[in-house]
Amino acid sequence: MTKPEAIAENSVISISGLTKTFGALTVLHGIDLTLTRGDVLGVIGPSGSGKSTLIRCLNMMEAPSGGTFHFRGKEVLPRFKGDGKKIGMGDLRRHVGMVFQHFNLFPHLSVLDNVTKGPRVVLDKSRAEAEAHAMDLLSQVGLAEKANFFPSQLSGGQKQRVAIARALAMDPDVLLLDEITSALDPELVGEVLTVVRRLANAGMTMILVTHEMGFAADVANRVIFMEAGRIAEEGSPEEILRNPKSERLKAFLSRFHG
Amino acid sequence: MYHWDFYAVLQSFDLFLWGMWATFLYTVGSIAFGIVIGLASCFARLSNYRLLRLVARVYQELFRCTPLLVQILWAYYALPMLLGINISNTTAGLMTLSLYVGSFYAEIFRGGILAVDRGQTEAALAVGMSGRQTMRHIIMPQAIKNMLPAFINQSVIQLKNTSLLYAISVAELTYMTSEVNAQTYRPLESYTLAGILYFAMLFPLTQIADHYERRMRRHD
Repeated sequence: MTKPEAIAENSVISISGLTKTFGALTVLHGIDLTLTRGDVLGVIGPSGSGKSTLIRCLNMMEAPSGGTFHFRGKEVLPRFKGDGKKIGMGDLRRHVGMVFQHFNLFPHLSVLDNVTKGPRVVLDKSRAEAEAHAMDLLSQVGLAEKANFFPSQLSGGQKQRVAIARALAMDPDVLLLDEITSALDPELVGEVLTVVRRLANAGMTMILVTHEMGFAADVANRVIFMEAGRIAEEGSPEEILRNPKSERLKAFLSRFHG
Repeated sequence: MYHWDFYAVLQSFDLFLWGMWATFLYTVGSIAFGIVIGLASCFARLSNYRLLRLVARVYQELFRCTPLLVQILWAYYALPMLLGINISNTTAGLMTLSLYVGSFYAEIFRGGILAVDRGQTEAALAVGMSGRQTMRHIIMPQAIKNMLPAFINQSVIQLKNTSLLYAISVAELTYMTSEVNAQTYRPLESYTLAGILYFAMLFPLTQIADHYERRMRRHD
């Protein structure tokens, strides 16, 4: 058990000794991580290193197998509803937004309804209130004029920007971005990264799993390099991306340069 | 060359109309009950409880793997003996048709739900929806679209299956036709008219269904 005083006052997410196993396979071997308000954490590493599993544990999309997990100082329970002292998955997810590699927009709903569905169903907001907020978010991601379109009518980059607006509609404390540009055509990556950069500048707390090393160096204030289910190196973008210490990280980064 | 003469048959056209009405009622009634049974069985099979899954599975296989005619005869002649009660032909007919179509609907519903991409559930859960909210607002609307063609197909078959109630003397269209035939000795005209009337009931329905299905798919 982590002692309460060990959790920083302004920590949003704090995990320690977090493990995840799938049957006989151990994907995460005891991860310690604390995220404070305004942090932008870049997570890099080879595929299969556990990056995605790690951030999927942070909104309980995957239930951790061991370790402790606190959100804003409260222990997270592996069930939907919490009790007074501990927070359930439902509450956690209201406050921790996620954007997926494959967008996962709701194809039967218009762009506007994609963004308003969560606030209306989960937060019981009125249609008018939810739509006003959604239109504001859609103009922030440059898609106000597409509000009445359906996902099938959008490009990949536009879909991902809608997905970001959908996550922001819940007013999350943290945004988890799981390789959000990996499924995009190269010419569409820029428009999505621009939105993320703007969020970072506005002080949004984020964790981004990414293969865009330059971008990670640019927006993140901390970067972790994961390998084989462990955090192998951790530091500022400068330290991790420009002056890697371990041979493995050097080898990993060399594949992205030149 | 046979000399067609619909005169005698058309004299009894009111019997055909009553038969059509009964066919319509048995179809709508058994589809309504079948949807309820099918949904219950579908969710039982998707549940986490092994016993529920097993019960639903046994029910579905029993009704899918035996002929409807045997089921109808069994419900009318055998079940009353087994239970020591009277079961009218209308009750036996409606019950059997409902259970039969429910077993097929259950699989159609289940397939439609399972065909919705896993990422949809994740996206809904990720904004904080409960499992129930996810099912209602995100999965079901998409699943209904998936299941519609198979559902309509099974329902069209269901209307035709009501003709098997003839075997237990339920006064639906086929039974009425046989009555007219017995009175007029005009089998060619009687059964031709019956075929035309079945077609006239179903063809417009399939066209309307196609129209709505196309409309539902306009955003794909």
